[in-house]
Amino acid sequence: MSATQTKPNRGYGRWTPLWFLAPAVVTLFAIGIYPTLFALVTSFRRYNIARPREGFPFVGLENYVAVLTDSTFWASLGLTAQFYLTALPIQVVLGLIVALLLHKPGMGLLKSLARVTLVVPLATTYAVVGLIGRLIFNRDFGVANQFLSFAGFGPVDWLSTPNGAFAAIVIMDVWQWTPFCALIFLAGLSMVPGEIEEAARLETSSKLALLRHVQLPYLLPGLTAVMILRSADVLKLFDMVFVMTRGGPGSATDLISIYIQRVGFRIFDLGTASAQAILLLILTIIISRLYIRVLYREAH
Amino acid sequence: MRISTGKILHAIGLTAIVVFSLFPFLWMVAASFKSQADILASPPVWFFTPTLDNYAEIFSDTKVSGAIINSLIVAAFATLLSVVLGTPAAFALARYDFRGKSDLWFWFISNRMTSPIVLALPIYLLAMSMNLLDTHLVLILVYLTFNIPIVVWIVTDQFKSIPPDLEQAARLDGADQFTIFRKIYLPLGAPGIAVSAIFSFIFSWNELLYALVLTRRAAQTAPVVATSFMSGYELPWGKIMATGTVIVLPVTIFALIVSRHMVRGLTMGATK
Repeated sequence: MSATQTKPNRGYGRWTPLWFLAPAVVTLFAIGIYPTLFALVTSFRRYNIARPREGFPFVGLENYVAVLTDSTFWASLGLTAQFYLTALPIQVVLGLIVALLLHKPGMGLLKSLARVTLVVPLATTYAVVGLIGRLIFNRDFGVANQFLSFAGFGPVDWLSTPNGAFAAIVIMDVWQWTPFCALIFLAGLSMVPGEIEEAARLETSSKLALLRHVQLPYLLPGLTAVMILRSADVLKLFDMVFVMTRGGPGSATDLISIYIQRVGFRIFDLGTASAQAILLLILTIIISRLYIRVLYREAH
Repeated sequence: MRISTGKILHAIGLTAIVVFSLFPFLWMVAASFKSQADILASPPVWFFTPTLDNYAEIFSDTKVSGAIINSLIVAAFATLLSVVLGTPAAFALARYDFRGKSDLWFWFISNRMTSPIVLALPIYLLAMSMNLLDTHLVLILVYLTFNIPIVVWIVTDQFKSIPPDLEQAARLDGADQFTIFRKIYLPLGAPGIAVSAIFSFIFSWNELLYALVLTRRAAQTAPVVATSFMSGYELPWGKIMATGTVIVLPVTIFALIVSRHMVRGLTMGATK
């Protein structure tokens, strides 16, 4: 036996991690970072490809000034915030109810079925969610108005009135993302140690007290994650809304990604659109930072 | 013995979840088997004579079948590439400590959060200048921006759970890091790799914005074609819903396979 083994053999050199990381990192640089830098450069130019004769001159901060003083841009961001603040509370409350129903003991088979079906909305192609929305919320033959008539209400012109269209995209978003909240809350509920929950159930018959004093601490991390992730998702939201309303009627559902897409690919003003996109990116980076911070705080 | 009201309410609640989750989906599937007259009936009809006409029509429409093939090609290659590129990176992140590791994490995760419109603008211009618009290649490459982070996240998690003793033993036998990766980590991490591949496939298959902006005709994917039916006055509803059903069915099946991991894939690790 040799006693001279002082240095632990790590079995790899200093640069070994690099070889494993290089393929992914180089690819993401080429398709992620490089285009982002390109967008940054474009955002300092006048770049309207519908008017190529004007050339693409550098104009400094002109695009940013234009965007930041553009009331439509702010209205669009405001509408996105409004969408978030409308849809998220509904998703959280419904998601919590669903999670509690799935956590409650008993009803094994039905419970498994309910849990599995939650995956269906989450997997449905976002564009197809929009198509389904067009069908359900059609004024003349949509099933939404049929349900309203069962409840004794008259038909609503969902997709051609501002409030109707906004409500319709909120409802479709609630359909698609409530299961997401439910599954995260369910994971939180299952973290509550069994014996603590049992003891609490014996102690109090109030479901609300159980929820507040025993289960809530385990639900909060998930709630934070939901709040942050959904905010990033709403800034990204495009497919479903584009298919359902294209941002209309008027600008009633003109969420930020829809608006930027229109400036870039309908008006072809890529300079302005790039400036908007860069501002959106900055907002996203702040949100990601927040998410990482929360995530790491939990890990340690 | 009597059944308590609590139990009845529980059963009603669970049934409501099933109905809530499935109704819009099933309503689309039902519409795909309706004739145009049945779809346009007001109020909507719940019982009807099913017809396969819509499916016959879309499968004989080369635009739809071509788009589905395009979607398959793009999603399959984007998945394959992200697994090939992502798993070695996951190995490095799971097994080594190095400077800048947390920054790298941050970068991977922020890729998941970024709106596609941010990249769609510059990539449109770059693809135009490189004559890559309307090709499978440009979509495959763009889809790597969200697929690689997913693969890295899920597979790193899986690799971390592989006991280090196995690696120690192999090292004593003189195996180098690449052999250890190939002979120990890849086979033992296979379940995680499969899950991440399914997620990549689902996300690529479902994507609309990039495909809408970067393709014109030849490389159009299924969601783009389904969306394109949505213009004009007399909408072919049955055809649209049949196309929607054909698009959603394969990913739903995949999603059911990975349903236990759904949250992990969508949150990049908020919950274990």
